[in-house]
Amino acid sequence: MNAIDVHGLVKRFGDKTVVDHVTMSVAEGEIVGFLGPNGSGKTTTIRIMCGLLTPDEGEGTVLGFNIRTDSLRIKREVGYMTQKFSFYEDLTIGENLEFVARLYRLKPVEEHVASTLEDLGLTSRRNQLAGTLSGGWKQRLALAACIMHKPKLLLLDEPTAGVDPKARREFWDEIHRLASGGLTVLVSTHYMDEAERCHRISYISYGKMLATGTVAEVVRNAGLTTFVLQGPRLDQVAEALQGRPGVDQVAPFGATLHVVGSDKKKLEAALADVEKEHKGVKVSPGETSLEDVFIQFMSGSKDNMA
Amino acid sequence: MNSVFSFARLGALLIKEFIQMRRDRITFAMMLGVPLIQLVLFGYAINNDPKSLPAALVATSNDPYTRAIVAALQTTGYYRFDHVAQSAAEAEFLISRGDVAFVVTIPADFARRVESGNNPQILIEADATDPAVASGAISTLGTVASQALLRAQGTQEAAAEAAKGQLDVVVHRRYNPEGISQYNIVPGLLGVILQMTMVMMTSIALTRETERGTMENLLAMPSSPLEIMMGKVLPYLAVGGVQVVVVLAAAKLLFAIPFTGSMSLLLTAVLIFVLALVLLGYTISTIARTQMQALQLTFFFFLPSIMLSGFMFPYRGMPDWAQAFGEIFPLTHFLRITRAVMLKGAELPAVAGEIGWLVVFVALFAGVALVRFRRTLD
Repeated sequence: MNAIDVHGLVKRFGDKTVVDHVTMSVAEGEIVGFLGPNGSGKTTTIRIMCGLLTPDEGEGTVLGFNIRTDSLRIKREVGYMTQKFSFYEDLTIGENLEFVARLYRLKPVEEHVASTLEDLGLTSRRNQLAGTLSGGWKQRLALAACIMHKPKLLLLDEPTAGVDPKARREFWDEIHRLASGGLTVLVSTHYMDEAERCHRISYISYGKMLATGTVAEVVRNAGLTTFVLQGPRLDQVAEALQGRPGVDQVAPFGATLHVVGSDKKKLEAALADVEKEHKGVKVSPGETSLEDVFIQFMSGSKDNMA
Repeated sequence: MNSVFSFARLGALLIKEFIQMRRDRITFAMMLGVPLIQLVLFGYAINNDPKSLPAALVATSNDPYTRAIVAALQTTGYYRFDHVAQSAAEAEFLISRGDVAFVVTIPADFARRVESGNNPQILIEADATDPAVASGAISTLGTVASQALLRAQGTQEAAAEAAKGQLDVVVHRRYNPEGISQYNIVPGLLGVILQMTMVMMTSIALTRETERGTMENLLAMPSSPLEIMMGKVLPYLAVGGVQVVVVLAAAKLLFAIPFTGSMSLLLTAVLIFVLALVLLGYTISTIARTQMQALQLTFFFFLPSIMLSGFMFPYRGMPDWAQAFGEIFPLTHFLRITRAVMLKGAELPAVAGEIGWLVVFVALFAGVALVRFRRTLD
């Protein structure tokens, strides 16, 4: 049984279709990255899965429970971490955890709270107001609160936005530790390095699921060709290449320039004379990155949030 | 000049402010509609010299003098005899329930005494819990009754002068013989204070969660709408209980309000009233989207309930449509109960109907709130 099995999900707000026939399945114990630009429907899809929104069309199960009729059962078995910190800032860390423990009827409350505080390393700050925590600590508190009831599925909505790299690293180590214990994780993110730490990724853009698979599969299936240009005055080269037939993306990466196109022949033709036109510039075949693929997806799909 | 004040910058601020005003529909509607509604409503409804007050007649004989006095009282416009009581006990029940504002008793031997010139008496009992209500009706009483009697007797003017002193109109100002207005105001204030704090506090219950972003988390965790409603409402019920004790103690100690009725009956009624209020506030919070809107809706409800419930102006002074409208406020019913129990010593049968109204409000508000509550973020 898959932890998540949904198909044909549609959600409209007014005349905007925010989720457009999304189909997704996540196996048990898998970590799946959910990627896509802002306003692409990631949060809405996650909210449908945890019973916070009812889909206009489509069916599915989460942990075997019907998303339309069993949302209360789903809520008991799923841990959902919202994008914005949504615990009580005017309650202390301890009081927030006690509140959650009691809502899930965890007994004894004190034992659960104490061990969660211990794991977090927050025992000494138990009586501190949650609102006074820094972004990284708030995120750790939120994660701790939503895994306290030992959910089978964790839905994380951009959990690391605005968190420093070290805290992000620790966060992901924790996610992998939890997944090895059998927990299934669906996590939305904008960060490419985080996408690469997932077993599989799903890319959604403006409500439509565009790609799904391992990172290597997604990159391969995109069918892009990339050339790396090195040399002096690359800004002028970039300007010259912009808009040439076959050139879809021109992006500076440090001291190099990545030129990406979906049609290999046209791209080669476009780059054929670059070395002659610009003295000292060297063109060599490069590796297409996940980011190149995403940029390609983004420029290819119409923005419906305007 | 340019650095301190620029019309262009002021213009930018003004335009921004007007755009925001227009976007917030509820606020906009309140700014335009509310003054108009309230002006019309209160302008037509409020009347400080109430007329056509319900009165009960206790008269056992049907002689020309009795009829003349009843007719004369009715002609003043103050009295409307819509109850004929068979006994003094029945009349007592009517006035304690507040069904009538006056009981006019004309004794059986009235005609005989008029004819024999033997000091005829009529008794008028007025419900003086609200001193303002009865004053106009009582002030016209003596002359009107005497003149009516004389006309009925058909005596000449000379005889009239002699007979004038003979009619004795006895007026009992019941429940508040000295006409102390605090007796009326303070029990009413209990209701108004409770309404102000309870509705306002609970009206932001859900909008505060929504505005702080904690609602999404609360909904994602396993808690049912009934649990959330009770969790929000019960704490304020306790706060209301504390307020009741404070206000009642102050009423007793500071204003020496007589406390004639049953305390347990009063407290039961207060509890149901507070429950209705917190549920009303909670219902408002399922409708409003921001705390600001919740407070505006609270005030929108608050003002007419004070004006039309009989707290500020005599309920009986309002036209029929306004009286009917006043019934939709829990405060109206609560005021009747507190005044009846505290000042008149009314027992359960006399106030059961009003308590029934409050129970209906509790059920209604709880039902609406549960239906309105959005279990999802749709």
